[in-house]
Amino acid sequence: MAATQEEVFGKVQEVLEDALGVDNDEVTMEAKLSDDLGAESIDYLDIAFRLEKAFDIKIEQTELMPEDVLNNGEYVQDGKVTDAGMDALRQRLPFADLSDFDGSRDVNAFRDVFTVEVLVKFVQAKLEAA
Amino acid sequence: MRWIWIDRILELEKGERCVSVKNVSLAEDVLHDHFPAEGDRPATPVMPNPLIIEGMAQTAGIMVGHARDFAEKVILAKIGKAAFTAAARPGDQLRFTAEMERIDESGASTVGVVERVDPADGSKHPLATIDLMFSHIDRNMSGLSFPEHNFVFTDQFMDLLRESGFETPCLDG
Repeated sequence: MAATQEEVFGKVQEVLEDALGVDNDEVTMEAKLSDDLGAESIDYLDIAFRLEKAFDIKIEQTELMPEDVLNNGEYVQDGKVTDAGMDALRQRLPFADLSDFDGSRDVNAFRDVFTVEVLVKFVQAKLEAA
Repeated sequence: MRWIWIDRILELEKGERCVSVKNVSLAEDVLHDHFPAEGDRPATPVMPNPLIIEGMAQTAGIMVGHARDFAEKVILAKIGKAAFTAAARPGDQLRFTAEMERIDESGASTVGVVERVDPADGSKHPLATIDLMFSHIDRNMSGLSFPEHNFVFTDQFMDLLRESGFETPCLDG
C-alpha cells in the first residue's frame, strides 16, 4: 500500500532533523533546505543516504541533485541553464517548482528549488515506482 | 607534519570494517595544554575530543579508501554525530571500530564506536560514538580540479598499513 503524504512527511522530517540538526517545527513543507534549514552541498548526499535507509529505496547519485545536467556543457552556458537544460531539469524533477529558478537560471542557485515538499514528493514518486 | 592519530590497524575487512588502536601518552605535548593547572585546579591531561574524532576519521577514512583500492581522494565531509561519555587519559588505549554504512561513487557514510581499554586490568569501557560522512572529492567538485596524485593517502598512511601487517597498493605520484 502506498504511503500517505503525511506518513512520508513524518519520516522526511526525522531525516532532516538528524541530517541538518534542525528542530521538528522548523521542518515545514514550505521550508527551503538551503535558505531555511541551512543545508550545504554535502548535506544533500547525507540526506539522500538517510532517505534510502528510512524508506528502503535506492537513490542514484544524480537522481535527487541532477549534477549531470548542471555540469553538462550542452545544458549550461556561462553558468546559466539553457532552454534545453530547463527542459531536462523539469523532466528530472517534475514536482519541483522551477518558476523562480527560471528567472535567474544560475546553476549555483539550483539548490534553492529544494523545499521539504519537493523531497516528500520525490520519495512518494520513488515509493510508487517501487 | 605528523598528523597520525592512530598507532596500529588491527583489522581491515574490505568495505566492511576497520579496527585501530591509539595509545594515549603523556609524551604528547597536546595533553599538557589540555588542560594545564590553573589557580587551585590541578592539571588534568586528557586527549582532546576533536583529536579522537580525527582518529576515527583516519580509521574510517582508511576503510573507505581501501574499499576502492585507494583510487579515490577521500575527504572527511561531515561529522554526523559525535557523542562522548568518558575522557581519554594518559595510559589508556583507545580502540576505534569503524563500520561502513554505505558507499557509492559520490562518497560514504560510516558509523563508529570508540572504547577505552583500562591499562590496569585490560577492561574495555565505552567512550564515544562517532558517525562520519566522506566525499570522493573528484566526483563532487565538478568544475574544480585537484592534483592528479592522491594527496589524501600519503606515505604516512601507507607506512601505517604496512607496519600493521596489511598489503599496500602502489599509488601513482
